[in-house]
This record gives sequence, structure tokens and C-alpha cells, in this order.
Amino acid sequence: MSKTFPMGGIHPPDTKIAAPAAITPLPLPAEVIIPLGQHIGAPAQPIVKAGDKVKAGQLIGETAGFISANIHSSVSGTVKKIDDVADPSGYPKKAVYITVEGDEWAEGIDRSTTLKKEITLDRESIVEKIKAGGIVGMGGASFPTNVKYMVPEGKTPDTLVINGVECEPYLTADHRVMLEHADEMLVGIEILRIALGVEKAVIGIEENKPDAIKHLKERSADYPGITVESLHMQYPQGAEKQLIKACTGREVPSGKLPIEVGCAVNNVGTAYAVYQMVQKNQPLVERVVTVTGKQVKNPSNFRVRVGTSYAACIEAAGGLPEDTGKVISGGPMMGMAVADLSIPVAKGTSGILMLPKAESVRPEVVHCIRCGACVSVCPMGLEPYLIEKFARADKWDQAEQRAAMDCMECGCCSYICPSGRPLVDYIRVAKGEINNRRRARAAQ
Amino acid sequence: MDSTVMYSLLTLGGIASVFAMILYFVAKRFHIEEDPQVAEVESMLPGINCGACGYPGCAGLAEALVEAAGKKDISGLYCPPGGGETMGAIAEYFGLAAATSAATVAVLRCNGSFAHSPRTTEYDGPSSCAVAHKLGASVSNCIYSCLGEGDCVTACNFEALYMDPTTGLPVVIDNNCTSCGACVTACPRDLFEIRLLGKGKKPRRVWIACHSHDRGAVAKKNCSVACIACGKCVRTCDTIVKAISMKDNLAYIDPDICIACGKCVPECPTGAILATFPVKAKQEDSGEPVSTGTENTH
Repeated sequence: MSKTFPMGGIHPPDTKIAAPAAITPLPLPAEVIIPLGQHIGAPAQPIVKAGDKVKAGQLIGETAGFISANIHSSVSGTVKKIDDVADPSGYPKKAVYITVEGDEWAEGIDRSTTLKKEITLDRESIVEKIKAGGIVGMGGASFPTNVKYMVPEGKTPDTLVINGVECEPYLTADHRVMLEHADEMLVGIEILRIALGVEKAVIGIEENKPDAIKHLKERSADYPGITVESLHMQYPQGAEKQLIKACTGREVPSGKLPIEVGCAVNNVGTAYAVYQMVQKNQPLVERVVTVTGKQVKNPSNFRVRVGTSYAACIEAAGGLPEDTGKVISGGPMMGMAVADLSIPVAKGTSGILMLPKAESVRPEVVHCIRCGACVSVCPMGLEPYLIEKFARADKWDQAEQRAAMDCMECGCCSYICPSGRPLVDYIRVAKGEINNRRRARAAQ
Repeated sequence: MDSTVMYSLLTLGGIASVFAMILYFVAKRFHIEEDPQVAEVESMLPGINCGACGYPGCAGLAEALVEAAGKKDISGLYCPPGGGETMGAIAEYFGLAAATSAATVAVLRCNGSFAHSPRTTEYDGPSSCAVAHKLGASVSNCIYSCLGEGDCVTACNFEALYMDPTTGLPVVIDNNCTSCGACVTACPRDLFEIRLLGKGKKPRRVWIACHSHDRGAVAKKNCSVACIACGKCVRTCDTIVKAISMKDNLAYIDPDICIACGKCVPECPTGAILATFPVKAKQEDSGEPVSTGTENTH
């Protein structure tokens, strides 16, 4: 049997209906709304004002802090205003509104498709360039990539793990990148390998993408440092800690980062974005977004400029099906239902999923029957039923003792629960409360 | 008598007396002198262990009171649910001056009812404000508004709160509210405030029934009764007692300064200021009665 992580996990029907759809560029919208906080950490500081002319790829927001990322304009045009826009959860964030005029790119950006293989830069300048390009993890969490490559004193990384798992049902964006941009992506992985200063890079891909595994094995023959690992299908294998365990057998300790066991993890989409920035000077201003759903007319993978509205993506895939109950930003397991379709696609938007009404209702909640299913599927070895009880009773100390903070909100427990209990919802409340209390303790 | 019965009685009786001796000596040896005053004071307290006094329950406060009485000063301790009556009785028991504190009540700082702030999102998660607050911004467009899942009602031990199905907002029953502060802690949006009950037979108080820090235009778009930070109330009050201040796009009436004259209420262009007493509307207004947002049964 092929490798996977040893504890917990589920395998929901993968429903990758958009997999055969080749990546097509989405037509330029009339207006883009580029949020200044598209990443974990401090939002960028805007450096443009209303009325300014900008070109595609031009810096419009500067990093504001150690964990932060640059923001670039994804189109050419005029800045209309800097105002709030709702993020997928509905909370307002500062954003730059740009009226699109033509498609002119900033100087120095190479938009040609010729492959540039030679890597001329050294370690420091690569990390510097990744930072300048505003590159963040494109698997969903949007963690600024350059920060991962600033290896702390005393740590010696030896393996770069590349995430081509795409274990979320429905999503196919990474799959298409691996098929259509394998060469660029492999150069990107080489760049990241140099940036981390390691010899070995492993690409983990789940078995439900045999074409991608085969294709990458062929293409990576020229790169002695890169191996392709075929992994058994198991959600949430795309989670950092689970992927490291599956690919290298190492276990990241609770509350620690992958660097603790000598690893760094990046998504295939990120590797492609790194190639675009380091070799072609193109900052992260567009990404592949899967627009899908069982009743969607044309499930598609679009190359979308950051800031394009969800509505435009849905329109291009054949419009919103009549029977839609919820529109999800991201995958069905970890994504969140959006309240407004005028919100923009951000760097971390991997998919837009339209669920039919029947599938988008929550199950009726009944009593916990102590079956232990949630415990057996938790990939972090937690006791979700217990943390939920503590959260409902405001027993935050006990929740913390039971390692609630190790929960990554993958949703396996809620998925498997025969009583339909909202386990993740309450664990999330507990995590928020524990974080508040930790901050209060630290402030004392 | 049957010898079996005899032996049983002797054996069991013997064992019983041995244990009785042990218990007697243990009780003597480990006797703890307990101040009978603590139990008596505790019986005077409401006995609901709400923690509003800052001690872990009524027994804790009773102990603190007895200790303070030993130092001849109990003015630093106060039982909010018991109020002046309870504190008076306790003070009389000790023969000391009671701590005085004006009566207070919980006040909801949001008036975003179904009519005022139309719902734009359907929430189908667990019926808990804490969860809803984590999941998404709001059920209406206002990200500061009441989520209407009733965590405050669940937290209230005194049946002083209920959800009004016609507005989607909780209502405080003044007479039942002990201002223990459970609702203040329970609300993830910090919408409750413990304010002075007010003077008079029908207590008079005035407050801003809004907690939105949005800019005026945005706040007004999201909710028809939002504070739009125009500052009219501040200017009005500045000529009277200067009780109103403006911070972060939201006006605040300091209950310690406010004299509940009600002059600011008709000044507010959106009707974000509520009062427990009828306020005469200004001439140019439509003359709609000002809602009080509270059930007053005094």
C-alpha cells in the first residue's frame, strides 16, 4: 500500500468534476477590488491614491511588519478609491479599487511563455525576490512564503516538501497546474530548494491524479534532487504536518513548525508563482481558481486576476445554478460560505464551489452517542467531542489542556459525526477564547 | 435468646462502638473553629453564586464581609444582585455603615431589529452567538449588530432577558435584572452595558442604542437607526452637562454625568438615542413615538 499519514483522516467522495477542464484565462473585468490583507499577518500599507495610474504588476501595497506581504496591481488602469470590501466571512478589509484600462504590464515583466531554466540568483536574493513579489502560500492559508525560508538559528533543514495533494473534494486548480505548467513548476521547486539550502525535494501527489504523477515523474527526470511520491488518498493529507508525516515519516511536535524536523512545505501553485516571480519578474497577481459544482454548466479552471469578483468567475462558468443553496469560497471541507458574490478573488482563493440546496443544509443535531468516530478520524489525535463539551461549558483551561490549539479545523470530526454535532464550530470558539486568554496572560 | 442473634448483636455493637470512638476522637482532634457569622451573613445574601461581587460565590463574599467587619469597614464590598436592601440588612447585622451604590441595570446597545437592519444572510449553524460570531460577520450588513441567537438569554440566571421574536433582539426586564453582568460577558459583540438605573419612580435614563464604529454613511446604509457620528447630540449636551463624547465614530453618554433631561433624543437624526421616558419630538419630525427598547414594569 502506498504511503499516507498514520492517524485519522477520512475519504469523502472526491467529485473532481473540473479535472478535465484545461486552464483558461478569464476575460479582464471592468473593475478589480484588490484587498490589502490577502495573507496571514499585517495588511499591506497602500502606496497609491485615488486617481493614480497603475500598470499590471506594479506595487500598490507595501508590507507592514515581519509577517506581511506586498500587494501588486493585477491590471492596468486608474485607482478609483481605497475603501473597505468584505472578505469571505463578511468582515470588511481595506482594498484598492481599480478601473481597468487596457492590459499594460509594468516594465521588466516577461509575459512570454518560453521556459527559463537557468537559476542565476543566490539564496538571499531569491528570498528577497519572493518577498518583493508578494508571494504567499497558495494552498489556502496564505502564509507569506519568504518567512518560511528564513531559517532560524540552529535549525538545519534537509527536505523540501511540495504539496500536490489537493485532498479537498471538488478542487482541481493544483492538478491542472501540475499538468499544464509542470516544467515551470519544477524550476520553481529548484528555486525553493536553493532558497532552503537543501538537496532533496519531494512532491507528494495523491493516487487519484495518476496523470499528474506520471507526467511529473517524466518531467522531473532531469532534476536529480526532486522525487515524486505517490500517496494514498486520505483527507487532510494536504495539511502541512500530515504531508510531512506521509512523505518523510517525521512527526512535527505539537505547537512547533515544520522546520523543527528539517522540512519546509509549499504548494505546487506557490512553486509556480515563485518561478513566475524569480525567472520572469511577474509578481503574484493571478492564480488558478476552480469554479465548480454538480449543477454548474461548465465546471472550469480559470486563470483569474486577483481582485476579480466571484460573480464574474461564476458567470464565466455558466452562471449560478438555480438550485444553489450555498456558494463556498475554497473546498467543501474547509471553505466558508460567502454572503455576497461581489467580493473579490484573493491570492488564497483556490476554488468557488456552488452546492445544491439539498447538500448545503446542516444535519439535525442530536445527542452525542459516545461512538468515538470523531476521535478515530481526528488526524491530530484529539478528542473533538470532549473539546466541544468544554467549549459549550466555557471550560477553556480544560480545552487548552486537551490540546484544542492543535486543531487545524479540517472538519473530519464534523463530517463523520452520526449525530450531526457542530464539533469544529465549537472547537473554533474554544481556540479563539484560548488565544485571547494566552494574549492576556502574556500581557501580564 | 438464640445464640446467633446474641453473637451478631455483640459483634456488630462492638464494631459500632469502636468506630464511634474513632469518630469522636477524630472530630475532637481535627476540629475547625468556624465563625458562625459567615453562615449567617451567607443566608442574608441572595445565594445565587453569580460572582458579580468579584468573589467565587456568596460564601466567598460572606467570608470577606466577616473579615472586613472585623476591621470595622465593609464599605468596599457590595452585592449587586442583592442591592441596597441586602447590604443594608448586612450592615445592620454588623452595626456598621453599609456600602451604597446606586441601582444599575443591563442596557442593550443595539437597535438593529428586522425592520431597522434588514437581514441579508441566513445563518444555519448552531444556535449560539459565540459560534455565529466566529463563522461570519453578521446576519445583516452591520458587523457590530446583535446576532440574535440569544447567548445573553441563556446566560441570564434571573429571567431578566428574553428574545423578542418580532424584532430579533433581546429585551431586558428591568425589575428582574440584578446587573450581575452575565450578559455582558456572554455577548461576543460586547453589546450590553451595566448602566445606572436612573432616578424616579419610573427610572429615567438615556443611552445610545448602537455599537457601530462604521463611518456614518456605511452605518446608515446598514441600519436605519445607527449612530452616524454626526455629533449633534454632543453639541446639544455640551451646552447642558457635557455627558456625551464621540469616539471612533460612536457617541457615548456617560451615565454618571447624564441628568436624563432627554434633550439629545430628538436631536439625533437617525433615532439612535433611546430613553425610558416619552420625549417630545421636534416639530419638523414625523412625530413617531420613540421606542424604549426595554420593558419597564416599575
